[in-house]
Amino acid sequence: MKDLVIIGGGPAGMSAALSAFDCGIKDILILERDSHLGGVLQQCIHNGFGLQKFGEELTGPEYAFRYEEKIIKSGIEVKLNTMVLDITEDKTVTATNPHDGIFQIKAKAVILAMGCRERPRGALNIAGSRPAGIFTAGTAQKLVNTKGLLPGKSVVILGSGDIGLIMAKRLTLEGAKVKGVFELMPYSGGLARNIQQCLNDFNIPLRLSHTVVEVHGKERVEGITVAEVDEKRVPIESTKEFIPCDTLLLSVGLIPENELSKSANVKISPVTNGALVDQNRQTSVSGIFACGNVLHVHDLVDFVSDEAEIAGKSAAKYINNDLSDSTEINIFTDGKIRYTVPQRITDLTDVKVYFRVNNIYKNVNIKVTDGINTLLTKKRPKVSPGEMESVTLKNDHLKNVKELHFSLEVV
Amino acid sequence: MEKILTCIVCPLGCELCIDLEGKEIIEIKGNTCNRGKIYAENECISPKRTVTSTVKCTDGSLLSVKTDQPIPKEKVFDCMKIINQTTATLPVNIGDVIVKDVFGSNIVATQNKN
Ligand SMILES: Cc1cc2nc3c(=O)[nH]c(=O)nc-3n(C[C@H](O)[C@H](O)[C@H](O)COP(=O)(O)OP(=O)(O)OC[C@H]3O[C@@H](n4cnc5c(N)ncnc54)[C@H](O)[C@@H]3O)c2cc1C
Repeated sequence: MKDLVIIGGGPAGMSAALSAFDCGIKDILILERDSHLGGVLQQCIHNGFGLQKFGEELTGPEYAFRYEEKIIKSGIEVKLNTMVLDITEDKTVTATNPHDGIFQIKAKAVILAMGCRERPRGALNIAGSRPAGIFTAGTAQKLVNTKGLLPGKSVVILGSGDIGLIMAKRLTLEGAKVKGVFELMPYSGGLARNIQQCLNDFNIPLRLSHTVVEVHGKERVEGITVAEVDEKRVPIESTKEFIPCDTLLLSVGLIPENELSKSANVKISPVTNGALVDQNRQTSVSGIFACGNVLHVHDLVDFVSDEAEIAGKSAAKYINNDLSDSTEINIFTDGKIRYTVPQRITDLTDVKVYFRVNNIYKNVNIKVTDGINTLLTKKRPKVSPGEMESVTLKNDHLKNVKELHFSLEVV
Repeated sequence: MEKILTCIVCPLGCELCIDLEGKEIIEIKGNTCNRGKIYAENECISPKRTVTSTVKCTDGSLLSVKTDQPIPKEKVFDCMKIINQTTATLPVNIGDVIVKDVFGSNIVATQNKN
């Protein structure tokens, strides 16, 4: 029996463990399938982490080490090279590693912090052969930054998410020629700063409303055909263009890794592909919490750490029978706001609600109502799907409220 | 002349609007903090970038590194050449200087390695 078992030792898992520890829970176990802590940060050797949390610009490994150091100091138990195979609703965790074989642990509370994985090409439906030379951007990142291997010399990138942008720069620095980044949507999903420092700095073209329609080459990629797409995202025949290249990188999105959550009967949101949670980051199964990229995809690790601190604190309260649920308020969105996290509020306290929008909008009002009365509005000069937004609801807003409606109006 | 830049100092990515007369900056608008103002000034006079990469280690593995100061943007590829010719001797701790004095910066480790 353990008080708290945490699945995943990335930034979310480490932060959650430390905040539970600081709340007095000492009997904690972190299970991590990799040979080290830090999760995806170990391969993110670029800078841009920690500006919000530490007020300085760190690289991924440096940010991870700030937490790893504290974990080591605290003496929190960590099992590396340990793959969690199953979690049940009554919080029995089954895992395996070369040292212990297959083993089971019963926990009072579980925190899910498994991160996300990349959407593979199969999900994409590109015509043509299946030659070597097609990688997801994250796989390419791992090859270059941890193995010292260059995936190719002449590269095209499909998708303008941050990982794709970062790899465009990284491959260029290592001597590859990046011929362009092609994005299906009329806007980039990546951060504006990454478009500047990863593409514009190296004169790499970004072509919006474009997609790859065919991959050429038998054994190795020899080129691709791209085309512009219309408003319905259908390729326009007359705009087809052949681009010779030996490598295609896919940076087409991340999906929370929730197989384990499902086996524990945790309810999953069809929008985020992560668990439905309350303000404590507690899932639909009592005593199971979720945070980080397994809950919803974050662009900034600083927000991951913040969210994990909430989950850690809440798990500590749960273990001490101290988690109150005085109300039940469900949050609804209008579609322009794609989703909120949390999706429901179970206590009358101040709650910071994070959300994402479905398109780029300028000069907007974010409105929160209880169905009849407006509780709060927030003006924003610009919102975009690539950047997470938030509003803070005060305890007072929530009194006598049964439901909350989030909507976006262009003014 | 007006110059529009995206600030790269932090993830906010503010759109900076710089009023220039020749090389002289008349006004900077759009920045939310002072670091944005400094970035805009540098970007108009002598753009600088932090370089992050990896160096080989004596045991064949890779060590992640960065320049501890931004270096002139036009020196980025020369800096990469120096990084790619370097072998780090293990063990290494975060912050250890791997190469000294590279275009006004040091190349330092961003990882621990035994
Ligand atoms: C390529 C890339 C570039 C990024 N760039 C930036 C940036 O510039 N700035 C920034 O602030 N943020 C950036 N981010 C975002 C940030 O890195 C992530 O949001 C953050 O790492 C997510 O943390 P996490 O702990 O939720 O997930 P992860 O870091 O993915 O950690 C999850 C951990 O769980 C483990 N795990 C999964 N399943 C199991 C299992 N069954 N059993 C045991 N262990 C398991 C995994 O091995 C992993 O270690 C980037 C992300 C990526 C992918």
